[in-house]
Amino acid sequence: MNVERHQAVVIGGGPAGLAAAIQLKQKGIDDVVVLEREHRTGGILRQCIHDGFGLTRFGETLSGPEYAQRFVEQAEELGITCLTDTTVLSLEADRTVTASGPAGLRKLRGDAVILTMGCRERTRGALAIPGSRPAGIYTAGVAQEYINLRNLMVGREVVILGSGDIGLIMARRMTLEGAHVKGVYEVQPYPSGLPRNIEQCLNDYNIPLHLSHTVTDIHGRERLEGVTISQVDEQFRPIPGTEERVDCDTLILSVGLIPAGDIANGSGLAVDGRTKGAFVDEHYQTSIPGVFSAGNVLHVHDLVDFVSLEAEALASAAAEYLKEGSLPACPLEVKAGANVGHVIPQHVSGTRSFTLSLRVRKPLKGVTLTVTQNGREVLRRKFPKALPAEMIQLNVPAEKLETEGDLEVSVQ
Amino acid sequence: MKRTFTCIICPNGCEITAEYEGTDVRSIEGATCPKGKDYVRQELTDPRRNIATSIPVEGGELPLVSVRLDRPIPKKDIFAVMDAINKLHVKAPTTIGQVVLSDVCGLGANVIITKPVAAV
Repeated sequence: MNVERHQAVVIGGGPAGLAAAIQLKQKGIDDVVVLEREHRTGGILRQCIHDGFGLTRFGETLSGPEYAQRFVEQAEELGITCLTDTTVLSLEADRTVTASGPAGLRKLRGDAVILTMGCRERTRGALAIPGSRPAGIYTAGVAQEYINLRNLMVGREVVILGSGDIGLIMARRMTLEGAHVKGVYEVQPYPSGLPRNIEQCLNDYNIPLHLSHTVTDIHGRERLEGVTISQVDEQFRPIPGTEERVDCDTLILSVGLIPAGDIANGSGLAVDGRTKGAFVDEHYQTSIPGVFSAGNVLHVHDLVDFVSLEAEALASAAAEYLKEGSLPACPLEVKAGANVGHVIPQHVSGTRSFTLSLRVRKPLKGVTLTVTQNGREVLRRKFPKALPAEMIQLNVPAEKLETEGDLEVSVQ
Repeated sequence: MKRTFTCIICPNGCEITAEYEGTDVRSIEGATCPKGKDYVRQELTDPRRNIATSIPVEGGELPLVSVRLDRPIPKKDIFAVMDAINKLHVKAPTTIGQVVLSDVCGLGANVIITKPVAAV
């Protein structure tokens, strides 16, 4: 089969892919192709109709579709080729992308390949909830698509398992549409969504949040009739005797997001077991030279504004790679120390400033974040609070770094 | 009276504690920006929210188009405004910012389209 050559092939036309493509074009890379499996670009934002997007990126609060449209229009104005209805099937180590679209199967090889496929939701299968398999069980994003894009109401009496942001947003959305949301149950002893969403999506509508609780049984044959809720101990084991049946026709799962990087599985791309995304350096370059990754396929973000900014940083580095033929080596490792779940990037050069992203493992108050190298403090920042729900990002300036010695990030 | 608020203006979600008697605010602590103080004063006197929903489109590539308000409305009027919006529908094509209902329920806010839906 004929292989089309391009300077840059961007996989995924959501907020990360569009921002990367626009920035590449603006940096003088003319031959950029975006591959998008949906009929329209814009990604998940098309169904996120609530407001609150854009405060960082644009200084105003927008709905998801409005935020996306700014990038869609800019991509159009710049003449960027977006191949829609086109699903990528595989990526190989030589940067060949195989895609299926309206014109059939095609192969594209990029001098740079940009991975911006976003993430997917964890499902009932991932939790292994016992019980029957009736209709009426949805992940929060699927319920959001049915209600906001397809005009289909998913149910009337609703229980939500997990306190992820999409679940909280859907608790409010379904209440506005006339459903009765009986409660949100979270297995952790703290919420996994942002505090503002607990406030404006649950508290505003008197929807109770039950921490340290989970669903331990599902009832109903054709349609869901109810769930059994149990309290859990510190090891998340259900406590016998605490079972309570809650009648409902709908169970919404908001139990976590996972980077959707599967198409790169056959390429040998190295994946970090903590983020479930690629290992990257400060240029967002993966273990395969010329393959870059940013946005939710790299690590799950809380806010689209930071997805756009990360993709733009990726594109600046990828443009340099395309012009110069290589980027500075990044031999220094960035290690996750005390209370740190993961860090991005995992490797740096020691010669350039970089953006450090991390999440803490558990809620902490009055903490100090430190970055150390060779036993020396590179950076210190105080935070009144640190939550697993909130990604921490900060700039690490080059002048504070040495060119040898791994870095360690800790929060204590 | 003392009450702690979670600010909803931005994703920082500051915990802000206010001391007040009725509508007389004595002190506000914990806000990391001026918007947080304004938010708490507004919450104590006249809490307001924006709402987003969707309405049917005739002749569009999608059955629905998303809408929101161009300014917040009193929290207590949310469901009355939802009832008013639920009576609306538009014809494709739609454009962002297009007003589909002015001064909803006499509250001074307009219902605006937030997504372009092409005609088919």
